[in-house]
Amino acid sequence: MDKFTVLTGVAAPLNIANIDTDKIIPARFLKTIKRTGLGKNLFANMRYAEDGAEKPEFVLNQPKYRHAEILVAGENFGCGSSREHAPWALLDFGIRCVIAPSFADIFHGNCFKNGILPVVLPADVCEQLLADAELGTNARLSVDLARQMVVRPDGQEIHFEVDAFRKHCLLNGLDDIGLTLAHVAAIDTYETNEPAWKPVIAGV
Amino acid sequence: MPAARTLFDKLWDAHVVERLPDGTCVLYIDRHLVHEVTSPQAFEGLRLAGRKVRRVDATIAVVDHNIPTEGRRSGINEPESLLQIATLEKNVADFGVPYIPVLDERQGIVHVMGPEQGISLPGMTIVCGDSHTSTHGAMGALAFGIGTSEVEHVLATQTLLQKPALNMLVRVDGVLPAGATAKDIILAVIGEIGTAGGNGHVIEYAGEAISALDMAGRMTVCNMSIEAGARAGLIAPDDVTFDYIKGRPYAPKADDFAKAVAYWRTLPTDAGAHYDKTVVLDAAKIIPQVSWGTNPEAVMPITGVVPNPAAAPDAAKRDQMQRMLDYMGLTPGQKLAGTKIDVVFIGSCTNSRIEDLRAAAAVAVGKHVAHGVRALVVPGSGLVKRQAEAEGLDVIFTNAGFEWREPGCSMCLGMNPDKLTPGQRCASTSNRNFEGRQGPGGRTHLLSPAMAAAAAVTGMLTDVRELV
Repeated sequence: MDKFTVLTGVAAPLNIANIDTDKIIPARFLKTIKRTGLGKNLFANMRYAEDGAEKPEFVLNQPKYRHAEILVAGENFGCGSSREHAPWALLDFGIRCVIAPSFADIFHGNCFKNGILPVVLPADVCEQLLADAELGTNARLSVDLARQMVVRPDGQEIHFEVDAFRKHCLLNGLDDIGLTLAHVAAIDTYETNEPAWKPVIAGV
Repeated sequence: MPAARTLFDKLWDAHVVERLPDGTCVLYIDRHLVHEVTSPQAFEGLRLAGRKVRRVDATIAVVDHNIPTEGRRSGINEPESLLQIATLEKNVADFGVPYIPVLDERQGIVHVMGPEQGISLPGMTIVCGDSHTSTHGAMGALAFGIGTSEVEHVLATQTLLQKPALNMLVRVDGVLPAGATAKDIILAVIGEIGTAGGNGHVIEYAGEAISALDMAGRMTVCNMSIEAGARAGLIAPDDVTFDYIKGRPYAPKADDFAKAVAYWRTLPTDAGAHYDKTVVLDAAKIIPQVSWGTNPEAVMPITGVVPNPAAAPDAAKRDQMQRMLDYMGLTPGQKLAGTKIDVVFIGSCTNSRIEDLRAAAAVAVGKHVAHGVRALVVPGSGLVKRQAEAEGLDVIFTNAGFEWREPGCSMCLGMNPDKLTPGQRCASTSNRNFEGRQGPGGRTHLLSPAMAAAAAVTGMLTDVRELV
């Protein structure tokens, strides 16, 4: 996983509540065995017409947002399925930070596993950032994870909260599995103490 | 540890391997269910790191999401689906994971298969790379969906790094009136608390109307917990649960079963335990529900009329509602009952168990699917299919003009050949009415199996209470 330290880039405004994971990446694009290549189908149903042509009104089709690295979105972003293809698609497109008033739990967790920072800020602050994002390439936002600050184009700094453990992993690009395996002795002990009646799955 | 604990607290405490200084826990996972869509990248990760599956005897794989529900005996035609299934088959062979093959009678939707085989048991932690893993909470297990990185984490370590959720109680008092079902309870709950109402919480469902449900109904309720934003739903295990489990292939046997039951009886929430949030519903007031919008909180009784965005509390809500109505092709003030439908889908991990098929067949018997309507019945597993055929339900359905299919996720999610075409309106027993969920441009109305059958035979959204 890539580290996340400071990200400065164009922010795309997507002010719609309850953007679900079927909107982020429809199920018909999940028939892949890879993590990469999903960016072209990010938001496919909103982004393309039935004949495959781009819908010019969709934000990521507008020239100024084609290289957006930050998304400012509505509440409950990422609700629905557990598909990690949603953060993979965002990442493959080039988005490494999503700012919203709230996120669905599974999507929120999946972001951290892929070097994407989800930033939760109050709705009125998100409104201001949406206004900044409307300025397109004239207004870059900066997100500093170590200092837990979003820096607006005018230099105003906005503090955000983030789980300390997840921040540590993201700042250092750490692999969760490696961290957990440091506790393997405790896992061994736990398994030795399992009740004898607990069945195993064998002979399927 | 508080003296009085909830069911969730007990399940959590029993699985903490280690508590890290910041409160993150190494949580032990008892059962890991694996399917073809969210696992290939996880196995690839194991391979790259030279890791093994830690507990193959706690893991089981099955295909469900992308397989066709007809003609599969002659092979699968779509190359991408075929590759995903072949990849799963190679992975389970390479890593020694137990696997139920495509043509095995036990094959089915992972959330139907797990309880059916006695693999999902009370007191356990159960995960799967699928958000509807919440279904298994009906057993009195802590069951939740995870992403692919966490699938890899569980395969490698049999644990997850997690912080405990908050406790939420949804109590449904009283007795359901005739015509209302478990599906109507959960749709009413989501309508009440909203799609984000359960975020950060695990919901425990309790009360007279919940205790009165059979296991299929309890699974329907827990299944849609994620639609209220809760990762997990729970129902305390009781004699209904134990009777369901007894004798299933992977359930504890003989003395072990007695020991297990003795432990399971200690799990229900203690008197006086603390819930962070409590919601109470009166079952007597729940009438058959139908969704009208593009998220599951946009739901109302079948007797209702399509709401008017002008009445929304603010501009953002008004825009959201208007967007839903435009997508759904509905007009404010229009009665929901009488809205013409094109397709009926009876199936999915929410409603494809034998009890669901019986409820639909009871409405369909002796009638015929309306002219121009396409209606699919997709059993949740090969064993559900066999049981239904033994009871003659397949004959009821096919005589009535329904298509009788092979088990799988089918038209719930538009990633196999069963899809809506743009503009088609579907009465569906599935769980999500998101834009494009059942196929690009498709319009979904969520409802119960009996209501779906009523829509099939009348060709429109119909109050099932007027038919039976």
